[in-house]
Amino acid sequence: TEREERRFVEVPRESIKLMAENTGVELSEEVAALLAEDVCYRLREATQNSSQFMRHAKRKKLSVEDFNRALRCSNTESICGYGAQDALPFRPLKECELFFVEDREINLVELALATNIPKGCAETMVRVHVSYLDGKGNLEPQATVPTAVQSLSDDLLKYYQQVTRAILGEDPHLMKVALLDLQYNSKIAALLPYFVYVISGVKSVSHDLDQLNRLLHMVKSLVQNPYLYLGSYVRSLVSSVMYCILEPLAASINPLNDHWTLRDYAALLLSHIFWTHGDLVSGLYHQILLSLQKVLSDPVRPLCSHYGAVVGLHALGWKAVERVLYPHLPAYWANLQAVLDDYSVSNAQVKADGHKVYGAILVAVERLLKMKAHSLTIAAGGGSAALEGSVARTVGFRESSPGLSPPPEPISEPPLGIASHLHAGGAGCPWEDWTPVSLPAMYCELYSFFGDSLAMRFSTDPPQVGIPTASSCQPIHNKKEPASGATNLESTRKMPQLTANMNISPRQDESPHTEQPPSLAATAPGRSFARSSSSSVSRSRSSSSQAGRSTSQSREVFPKARFPPPQAGPPAFTFIIGGRQMGRRCQGRRFQTSFIPTPPLTSLPPRVYAHKLPVIGRVSKPVRRWTASYYSLYLPF
Amino acid sequence: MAAVQDGPMELDTEKETKPEILSDGSANLSGNAGSGVLSSSPHAAGAQKPEDQQTLIAVLQFLRRNKLTESVDILKREAGLSDDQENSKATDTGGKGDGDAGDANALLSRVSITSATAPQSAPLPLKSGDDQPDVRVVLSAYSQQGEPPLYKVYYSDLKKFIESVLDCHRAELSQLFYPLFVHMYLELVYNNNESEARAFFDKFSGDQECYYQDDLRVLCGLTKKEHMKGNETLLDFRTSRFVLRISRDSYQLLKRHLQERQNNQIWNIIQEHLYIDIFDGMPRSKSQIDSMSGSLAGEAKREVNKVKVYYGLLKEPEIEVPLDDEDDEAENEEGKPKKKKAKKDSLGSKSKKQDPNAPQQNRIPLPELKDSDKLDKIMYMKESTKRIRLSPENLPSICFYTFLNAYQGLTAVDFTDDSSLLAGGFSDSTVRVWSVTPKKLRKVKSAAELNLIDKESDDVLERIMDEKTASESKVLYGHGGPVYGVSFSPDRNYLLSSSEDGTVRLWSLQTFTCLVGYKGHNYPVWDTQFSPFGYYFVSGGHDRVARLWATDHYQPLRIFAGHLADVTCTRFHPNANYVATGSSDRTVRLWDVLNGNCVRIFTGHKGPIHSLAFSPNGKFLASGATDGRVLLWDIGHGLMIGELKGHTDTIYSLRFSRDGEILASGSMDNTVRLWDAMKAFDDIEMDDFTAATGHIHLYDNSQELLLGSYNSKSTSVIHLHFTRRNLLLAAGMYNSQ
Repeated sequence: TEREERRFVEVPRESIKLMAENTGVELSEEVAALLAEDVCYRLREATQNSSQFMRHAKRKKLSVEDFNRALRCSNTESICGYGAQDALPFRPLKECELFFVEDREINLVELALATNIPKGCAETMVRVHVSYLDGKGNLEPQATVPTAVQSLSDDLLKYYQQVTRAILGEDPHLMKVALLDLQYNSKIAALLPYFVYVISGVKSVSHDLDQLNRLLHMVKSLVQNPYLYLGSYVRSLVSSVMYCILEPLAASINPLNDHWTLRDYAALLLSHIFWTHGDLVSGLYHQILLSLQKVLSDPVRPLCSHYGAVVGLHALGWKAVERVLYPHLPAYWANLQAVLDDYSVSNAQVKADGHKVYGAILVAVERLLKMKAHSLTIAAGGGSAALEGSVARTVGFRESSPGLSPPPEPISEPPLGIASHLHAGGAGCPWEDWTPVSLPAMYCELYSFFGDSLAMRFSTDPPQVGIPTASSCQPIHNKKEPASGATNLESTRKMPQLTANMNISPRQDESPHTEQPPSLAATAPGRSFARSSSSSVSRSRSSSSQAGRSTSQSREVFPKARFPPPQAGPPAFTFIIGGRQMGRRCQGRRFQTSFIPTPPLTSLPPRVYAHKLPVIGRVSKPVRRWTASYYSLYLPF
Repeated sequence: MAAVQDGPMELDTEKETKPEILSDGSANLSGNAGSGVLSSSPHAAGAQKPEDQQTLIAVLQFLRRNKLTESVDILKREAGLSDDQENSKATDTGGKGDGDAGDANALLSRVSITSATAPQSAPLPLKSGDDQPDVRVVLSAYSQQGEPPLYKVYYSDLKKFIESVLDCHRAELSQLFYPLFVHMYLELVYNNNESEARAFFDKFSGDQECYYQDDLRVLCGLTKKEHMKGNETLLDFRTSRFVLRISRDSYQLLKRHLQERQNNQIWNIIQEHLYIDIFDGMPRSKSQIDSMSGSLAGEAKREVNKVKVYYGLLKEPEIEVPLDDEDDEAENEEGKPKKKKAKKDSLGSKSKKQDPNAPQQNRIPLPELKDSDKLDKIMYMKESTKRIRLSPENLPSICFYTFLNAYQGLTAVDFTDDSSLLAGGFSDSTVRVWSVTPKKLRKVKSAAELNLIDKESDDVLERIMDEKTASESKVLYGHGGPVYGVSFSPDRNYLLSSSEDGTVRLWSLQTFTCLVGYKGHNYPVWDTQFSPFGYYFVSGGHDRVARLWATDHYQPLRIFAGHLADVTCTRFHPNANYVATGSSDRTVRLWDVLNGNCVRIFTGHKGPIHSLAFSPNGKFLASGATDGRVLLWDIGHGLMIGELKGHTDTIYSLRFSRDGEILASGSMDNTVRLWDAMKAFDDIEMDDFTAATGHIHLYDNSQELLLGSYNSKSTSVIHLHFTRRNLLLAAGMYNSQ
């Protein structure tokens, strides 16, 4: 019988007896022996059957599940609790020759709150690659597995530790090297989830601007790495970046901390991610817009969050601004106004923040106006070449189809159709009933908010954008507004020079005073325009027929609103700042931080916006840089 | 008995089925699947052949015991049996060489034993309707026919004799060893001679052929009579007769020897449990025998492979192909028609004129071609004009679709014929569908939204799709166990999946929901496949039968019963008139869809068969098994015509190129191998004798036929597919271990 027992693994009768005792049954030796033999046989049978399940699952390793399936197949209860992937340690107990499967107690709380990265969290996917061309040669080694399934080699682990340490460490030079490597390394696909996890740590370092910055740089490097397939990790990255844009960071409590730059940078990054990787996650654009909108429409949020929402929208392109920011502006304006109009000392800090928001909004809407005008021109005139000549044609086109909504932006559109995603928002989404607003209507509404500051922005555009603006505005003027045509542009283009000269008084004298101050326009813009249109239609027509005729006439219309007559002092101040701004390109940030302590100009009356120009100029400084480079439109794809 | 036993099970099934069937709606579900099965089962009918009177008598006994007197009368009348005849036969049956069990009572007592124990034992995989095995179990019960200690003597005596005969006979007679060994061992076990059985096993198990190792492993664990109950493999072995092919000379030699030695014990086993297929002519060589043996029940009888098989292809429907297509290059304008003609005669292309070997066009009713099908046919024809002609000099390119992060385990893959969709079945019960083209997968809009659509518009088919749901992949949830088989319908509107939970599910690829759950197998369903014309599909599973279904019937149309172990893979013949099944009993069977008959049995594999492929012209069949070998079969002659050795692990996928020149095989050993199928088929010398006897001599030319072996890094090849232009697609799961 000894030979038999060596043939298979057997359950000894002693074990059977022990088990029986466990359940309170006393077994005789004979019964135990019989049972033991039968148990052995049934186990062997089940094992043999289970191999079938393994074969059909196309595996080489027999799993506990296979065995359980075999048991179930023969109407036997399956055994639960051994489904773990790892091998179960089988331990002997020396004193009494007992062997058992280790069954440690697990602290569930610890397990639930554990911060180590879960394994195998990546989504199942299929990757194709040409293995053999014409039956010859391995073209490239089989694709590497990009995610957690691949267990990390020691080298990778070391790399990961070094890089994270370098990026989050003290040495700026080391950080730069690490970031650069992260950007171009082709072998770090397996580390992606780890890096994403590290980046998601933004929430825990919200007090440390420096660390946040470093993490954002890490995002940038990952996003720019051409060898990485971000897949659904885009979502995680976006949420980290959004955190930096929108959250009232702990770091922003101290006014000396320049969290504004961080938000700007994060917004830039967001748009970059979206434009380059937005197609990886469906509905991403829509989600981003929703969360930005939520923040913007929440008056309880601090101003820095609002600022983030505005720069975020701006970064996502003018369409986003048009669809979210613009409709929200009237509601938001009241809140902002209250902040800006409060000149108490205790409010100084909040007011300074308010100015930031104001500036950001201004930059955003200006860009909106400009791009909208630009898109109109391109759609109607077919490009900026021969613009002067095309003016008349544009006019004709516009008149033949009055009330035409602006065609979609021809330069580039997010790969996901905006409209479809906006509609995907479902009920309750304010965009459901969104209809495009015509440029003139938009302009005059915005003008009612920003007054002159807006116009100035408008006018300092580079020529190739400015011209279409004018030409596309023109037909509108023909219909509604007594504005001058291309000549208008002439004057506005000269604005920087004028500001540099600080020579404003002659122009102010020259321009005819209007009956409506901007505040009135704000209350009833449509009516005011309608009123004035009848008187000036003929004049504007004539001006359009001979473009660039005289600058004097243009000033009749434009400066009328730009310089509210009663204040002579503030405009002068404005232009000084404007001039300085021209001179100091790309140093906006430093400029701005130094601004914070400056006391608000309390002497100025409320509801007149010109006095806010200095603030605007400073805040918008970095944004100007963007507009100059059209960064959201001409990003490399 | 079987019906009684299965009664409650059936009820359960019906209860579960109800919510499953969506398309059938209120169709009556109360119909007993069992009864339908019985009438359509060819096997049950076969059981009542008049010559098999022993079985008949056993059935009569059974009926009588259950007081089914009317049935007894009817059966007697139909079978033309008189009472006397029956009684005498019964006595004969029982009294055969066994003194103490010489009457019908002994038989009855055995019946009662079996019936009493059966419900406790594990349920037999054979389902209702197939009560024949139970009767045969009775008949195959082992009787004590000699002194247990003498078994060794008998066996070694025979062994000595066979070793002493002439070489030419020795190889043939050696076939006897294995079945005799097993039956003698089982007899010992059955009659509770445990120690003798063990000694017998230890002494002689080493002599058996190595390819019986798996069976021997099962046997050696079995030492008690109780163990035999519920052991399917043994039940198979006892109920079916092991088939041996022996030349007349060798057989005479054996017979003379046994008669001389009065070796009744062995003679009785040969009589009862073996079927010796005697042929006239030269005894076969060892290699010839080895190439054909290995299955659980010996070789196939020669006459079972004599039935005519209509392996030709159906006539292609006449569809006008617009030849003035713009994307035909101008310079090819001249050469094109000629080229096409040349292709018509080639191996793979479907001929316009009626093939003499083709079945009647309407032998199996096929679904009407829809407009969309015609469009697809046109697309197919256009694509096939751009097809690359493969040859040993011009091998296909291989694209590998690697499943990453499939930590739950990939178990099945299928591509659509146009290679636009990819489906994967996983161990976690999910089915995932990917679009492998830039076109994303979209669902149809909800009913409310569909109402708003202008039905008259030209692009209504585009409008019904919901753009919001566009994604690269969709997950189909519904199964309750690993998904072992997936198959797309030819029109790409449906997907079938078979699972461990015993169901086959039909999914819509328009709505990505489950339409029907086909219940019937009750045990894991290992494979399923759509017919090449859609509508029909076949499934095979652990219950050892393959079933033919139509998508609009919730009960199977045919049950193909006969395999002795699990049906592991199922394939439709290109003309949809036949179904091939591979099994764990190491045989491949070909079934006629029209009447459910088994028309071919191919033996020769030494392990469970996991892949099958028909050549595009329908003449040949390739099969791959766990033994790592691919065998090629000529369907018309019912012969093995090739053996392709090279793989070192289970072959999970086989596929012929579109024109049939190349056979690709994918295996667990992480390689794809390409074989020269043309050469393999052309090289066979087929004279009348080999055609008549089926004794073909195969020389090992695997190395010559192997055109290439291509490694993946660590991805076992689960599926292969040739695109319409002959690009080879392979799919598998990356294995990080």
